[in-house]
Amino acid sequence: MNRETAFNLVLAAVLLAAPVIAFAANEPFYVALATRIAILALAAAGLNLALGFGGLVSFGHAAFFGIGGYVAGIFASHAMYSEPLPFGLPATDQMPVIWLVAALLCALAALPIGAISLRTTGVYFIMITLAFAQMIYYFAISWPAYGGEDGLSIPVRNSFVGLNTANALHFFLICYAVLMAALALTWRIRDSRFGMALQAARQNEVRLAAVGIRPFRIRLTAFVLSAVLTGLAGALFADLNRFASPSMMSWHMSGELIVLVILGGTGRLFGPVAGAILYVLLEYALGGMTERWQLFLGLILLGVVLFARGGVVGLVAGKARYD
Amino acid sequence: MTEPVIEIHNLAKSFGGLRATDDVSLTLRRGEIHALIGPNGAGKSTLIHQICGTLMPDSGSIRLLGQDITTLDAAARAQLGLGRTFQISSLAPDFSVLRNVMLAVQGRQRSSFRFFGNVMADRSLTDPAMKALSQVGLETRAAIPASELSHGERRQLEIAIALALGSKALLLDEPMAGMGKDGSRALTDLLDVLRRDTPILLVEHDMDAVFALADRISVLVYGRIVASGSVAEIRENPEVRAAYLGARP
Repeated sequence: MNRETAFNLVLAAVLLAAPVIAFAANEPFYVALATRIAILALAAAGLNLALGFGGLVSFGHAAFFGIGGYVAGIFASHAMYSEPLPFGLPATDQMPVIWLVAALLCALAALPIGAISLRTTGVYFIMITLAFAQMIYYFAISWPAYGGEDGLSIPVRNSFVGLNTANALHFFLICYAVLMAALALTWRIRDSRFGMALQAARQNEVRLAAVGIRPFRIRLTAFVLSAVLTGLAGALFADLNRFASPSMMSWHMSGELIVLVILGGTGRLFGPVAGAILYVLLEYALGGMTERWQLFLGLILLGVVLFARGGVVGLVAGKARYD
Repeated sequence: MTEPVIEIHNLAKSFGGLRATDDVSLTLRRGEIHALIGPNGAGKSTLIHQICGTLMPDSGSIRLLGQDITTLDAAARAQLGLGRTFQISSLAPDFSVLRNVMLAVQGRQRSSFRFFGNVMADRSLTDPAMKALSQVGLETRAAIPASELSHGERRQLEIAIALALGSKALLLDEPMAGMGKDGSRALTDLLDVLRRDTPILLVEHDMDAVFALADRISVLVYGRIVASGSVAEIRENPEVRAAYLGARP
């Protein structure tokens, strides 16, 4: 077993053990903190697929995060009052159904956004993904039916068969399981033929075209998959806070997701997990001392970019190698 | 006579007032090495871009094995069997040497939309890739990252990639550039063997290699082909000597 695999297993074990112990010690706050880590790690794992493996610096992934959040919020509010959904769909508070709808809507949104954005590269790609996300953000703000600027509260957390989602540990375990499933999927994709083409597109698109593979289709597929994972995280995030807010879609959120990926290690399987743990713990520890905790986050990020390009995983396990 | 593998008819491309490719026609036949020479700025790169599909001509046509490929993009041409190497090596630098070749095998199989199954355990990718590597003599370097290869080895790797693609025709853009004497000689021997299976359009500055290898030579000057013929004919052609080889007639 190489160092990276060992480190990944440690991260997975710590993230599972900490809230279980906290729950046993009757410290629900720490369970919620771990849940937040798992959800942000899931959102960043989605972005990592596009940014890390495909080199696509999307500055608009908050849009998908927010779409997922609003799907959870809208389902919850309709289910609460037993009203049918738009298009006469029956309302439900079952999470798997909500996730499926969130995933489908994110894929539907990501397809045109990706198809248009991927015609550009570099800084233009960053700007155009940001522009799309801002459009969706302002749409959410100006949509009074679902709270507009005030956001949409979720009085009762959506439910999952056989579990009590109001129980902090149960809800954590749901989020943890989804995160692990997403990481397993990412791992399989990374080592597959598609993953090889995607990573080649990041390194040298001219080379990829010269062996008869069109970079555009590969990247668009990765962008859509990436949006779906981030959207699932959004649905869970809204359920965690019992609130879907337009701020989930703001450019701050997009930036935060990029920071998570870079902190943890771009293009590393567990990079998003390491990044989310570091970010949330810093937010908690520094945020307790000063309101200006993001200044220190900025300094740490500067240090990572200047001296530790591989992020946390890179520091522990060294440079990524492709046998 | 069998039909040519590559057939270019009356190709033209202008940039503003500059006629970079001016009514160029040339063919590549089975089993031959056709060398394209010309002084700097003659339009060799522009011509290569048009043959590979990274630049579209203003007029004229390009056929590969009888099929018109003039409007196809680079990926489509590669799928039809047009393999190329780059003037400046163009590889996936983080990937191992083997992975670089496996990518071409995967391109040939058109199987890039498989999301499961570890590529390194997939014999249908690794076996053909290793075979191509041993054809160019790089099999012992398979596991190291492409970025750690020497300049000459990168040239060999590019050729292995083109072979793994199952190319019907090879377009080599200055493969000898920057190679030492020994490297050039080894590559010359390799190309000499390769031509039996795959005809080669060779753009090259190294005149020793061109004269040693070429069955036919075409000379490009200011976007026009000023002469085309056997090695002996080109050596004796006064126009070529004046324009390119630098000697007075």
